[in-house]
Amino acid sequence: MSTQNLPALPARRTNVLWSIARYREAGIGLIILILVVLVTLRSPEFLTIDNFRDILLNISILVIVALAQAMVIITHGIDLSVSSMIGLVAMMVAFVVKQYPGMPMVSAILLGLALGAVLGMINGLIITYGKVPPIIATLGTLSIYRGLVFFYSGGTWINSFELPKSFKMLSKGTPLGLPNMVIYAIIVAVIVYYFLSYTRTGRSIYAVGGNPDAAAVAGIRSQRILFLVYLLAGVACGLAAVLWASRFESAQTNTALGFELQTVAAAVVGGVSISGGVGTVPGVLLGALLLGIIQNALTLVRISPFWQLAAQGLLILIAVVADNLIARRIQRSKSS
Amino acid sequence: MKAIKRSDAPSTSETKSGALINEFPPRRSFLARFQRWEWMLVALIFIVIVLNSRLSPYFLNAQNLSLTSSDFMEIGLMVLPMVFIIITGNIDLSVASNLGMSASLMGLLFNNHVNIWIAALIGLLAGTLGGLMNGVLIARLRLPSLVVTLGTYAFYRGLAYAFLGDQAARDYPAAFTYLGQGKLFGTLVPFAVGLFIVMAIIFGLVLHKTTFGRYLYVIGNNQDAAVFSGVPVDRIKIIIFTVSGFMAALAGLILAARFGSTRPDIGNGLELTVITVAVLGGVDINGGVGTMTGAVLSLILIGLMRFGMGLVNIQGQVQGIAIGLLLILSILVPNVVRQFSEASSRPHRGGVLAAMGVVVVLAIFLLFFFWSRAPVLAGV
Repeated sequence: MSTQNLPALPARRTNVLWSIARYREAGIGLIILILVVLVTLRSPEFLTIDNFRDILLNISILVIVALAQAMVIITHGIDLSVSSMIGLVAMMVAFVVKQYPGMPMVSAILLGLALGAVLGMINGLIITYGKVPPIIATLGTLSIYRGLVFFYSGGTWINSFELPKSFKMLSKGTPLGLPNMVIYAIIVAVIVYYFLSYTRTGRSIYAVGGNPDAAAVAGIRSQRILFLVYLLAGVACGLAAVLWASRFESAQTNTALGFELQTVAAAVVGGVSISGGVGTVPGVLLGALLLGIIQNALTLVRISPFWQLAAQGLLILIAVVADNLIARRIQRSKSS
Repeated sequence: MKAIKRSDAPSTSETKSGALINEFPPRRSFLARFQRWEWMLVALIFIVIVLNSRLSPYFLNAQNLSLTSSDFMEIGLMVLPMVFIIITGNIDLSVASNLGMSASLMGLLFNNHVNIWIAALIGLLAGTLGGLMNGVLIARLRLPSLVVTLGTYAFYRGLAYAFLGDQAARDYPAAFTYLGQGKLFGTLVPFAVGLFIVMAIIFGLVLHKTTFGRYLYVIGNNQDAAVFSGVPVDRIKIIIFTVSGFMAALAGLILAARFGSTRPDIGNGLELTVITVAVLGGVDINGGVGTMTGAVLSLILIGLMRFGMGLVNIQGQVQGIAIGLLLILSILVPNVVRQFSEASSRPHRGGVLAAMGVVVVLAIFLLFFFWSRAPVLAGV
C-alpha cells in the first residue's frame, strides 16, 4: 500500500500551503482551480450558484458509478461492464414500473439494487472462481449484458408517458436546496468514504491491490474482497440505473452506452492508480467534478459542439498527464 | 496440464504466471501437438461451419462468404498490431477513434476538393501521428497505456467530430471505393482480404521470425529484465504504437471505401471487438504470450459466427451475447477444469452451500427476467 492514502505526518511542520500540497488530491485541485479562474475570466456566469448546481446535478450519476469503479481499480481490476449493467437494470426496472405504476417507488430502487447485485455477482464469480482477468471478464459481460438489453426489450423503448409520475419524481425535487440526485450521490460518497477509510474490509481493498502477496500473508482472503468489489459495482450500477431512467424519463436500448470509459476517466483523473492500491474518495469526487466542469465550461465559452468532444478529450489527457507528473514530484519530495 | 493449453508462445514458454520449472516435462508427442489453443480454434471454426451450413442454405455460398469476409477486414487490420501491443503487456483503446479521426480528416479534405489519394495519404499520416503520440506519452512519460489511450480515445473521436461535424463525405471516385468493394483480378476474393492476408503474413513473420518480435515477448514477460538486457524498450513501444496508428488509419480508409462515405462516428466501438479477437486468439492480456496464427483464426471464427447468426436473423446486439460468452468461456472453462482436477475431490461444506446459493439467485433472476418481460412485450 502506498503512503499516499495516509494524511501527511504532522511531524515536519512547515507552512500550511506545503502540507496541502503533500496530499495526492492537490494536483487535481490545482487543475480545477486554474480551469475555474480561466473560464470565469472568459464568461462570468460560470461562477454562479445556479451553474454549480447544474454541474453537480449532471455529475451525480457519474459520481456514484465512478466511486464503485475506483474501488474495483484499487484492487488492480477494472469493470468495463458498468454501462451495460446500467442499461440492463434500467430497462428491467422500467418494464416493471410500467406494468405496476402503483408500486411504492422505494421498491423500484430496491429492485434496481437487487438486479444490479446479481449482475455484479456474476462478474465477481467469473473473476474470482473462474480466474478470468477482470478486463476480459467485464469486456465479455459488457457485450453480454448489452445483448440481453436488446433480447429483453425486443428492441423497444420505454418512453416518458409510460412511466408513472412518482417514478420520474425519484430524481427530481430539491429538498434542502439541493437536487435529489446530488443528495443520493453525497450519501453514496459518505458511505464509500467511511467504508474505505474506517472498516477492516475497506482497508483490505487497498491491501489486495497494493501488494497481493503481503495481503495473503496478513490473512486477507483476497478472493472474497475481489468478489465483494465487483458485487458492489453491480449494486452501484443498480442505483445509477434507477436514477438514470427516472431522470431521463425513459429506458432505451442504448442507455449509458460508452459510460464505462467516463467512469474510468473520472477515477483515473482523480488519482486512482490503474496499477492498484492507490486512490481516495475525495480524489474521485474531484475527478468527476473536473469532468463535469470541463463539459459545462465548454458550453459556456461557446465552443462549437463539434469541437467539444475533442476539447474534452484533450483536457482529460492533459489532466491525466499533469496529475501524474505532479504526483511523481510529490512522491520524490516525500522520499527525499 | 490437463486442460488444453490456451496459449503457447514458442520457446519463451515460461510465462509470468507459470513456474520456471514445469512440473510436466515437455512432451513432444503427436497428441501434445494438438493440445494447442490454435487447434481448439480450428475445431471451433469447423463446428461453426457445420452448424451454420445446417441452419441456413445460404451459408456455404461463395458469393456470400466473399461479401461477409470483407466486413471483418478493418477489424483484422487493427488486430495485427494489437497482438504486438498486448504481447508487450500494453493495450491500445484508441484504435477505433484513430480510425475515425483519419477517415474523417480524409473526408474533410475530399469535401474541400483535394485529390482523394492525397487526402488518403494525409489521413494515413494523421493516424500514424496519432499512434506516435500514444507511443511517446507511454514510453517517454511512463504513463500506463490504458490511461493514455483512454484519453486519446476521447480526443481522437472528438477530432473526428471536429473535422466533419454533422457533415458526411461521400461520392468517392470508383478507383478509391475499389479498396473496400473491389475484387482481386476477377476472382471472388475482395481486395481488402488480399491486403489483410499480405499484412498478416508480414506481421506474423515480424513477430515470430525476427529479433524485434522476440523482444516483444521479452518485454511482456519481464520489462525490467528487458531493460537491463539492453532491449530498447522505449523505442519498441513507440514503434508498435505508431504502427498501430498507421494500421488504424489504413483500416479507416478501407472502411470509408467500403461504405462509400464517411461520417464522424465511423468505426465507433470497434476497439472492443479488436481486443476480443486478439484475446480469443490466445493472446494473454497480461503479456508475454500469443501467436499471430491464433489471432487470425479467432478473427475467422468470430466472422463466421456473426455471419451465421446474421443469416438466421439474430440481431447484431444479441450476437454480442454469443461472442461475449465465447470470450469468457475460452478462459473460464480450462481454469475451472484445472481447479476441479487439482482440488482433492472432497467437497467442503461452505463451498457447496455457496454454490447452491448462487444457483438459487441465478434461477430467481432468470425467472424474473422472463416473467417481467412477457406482459410488456405482449402489449398488455
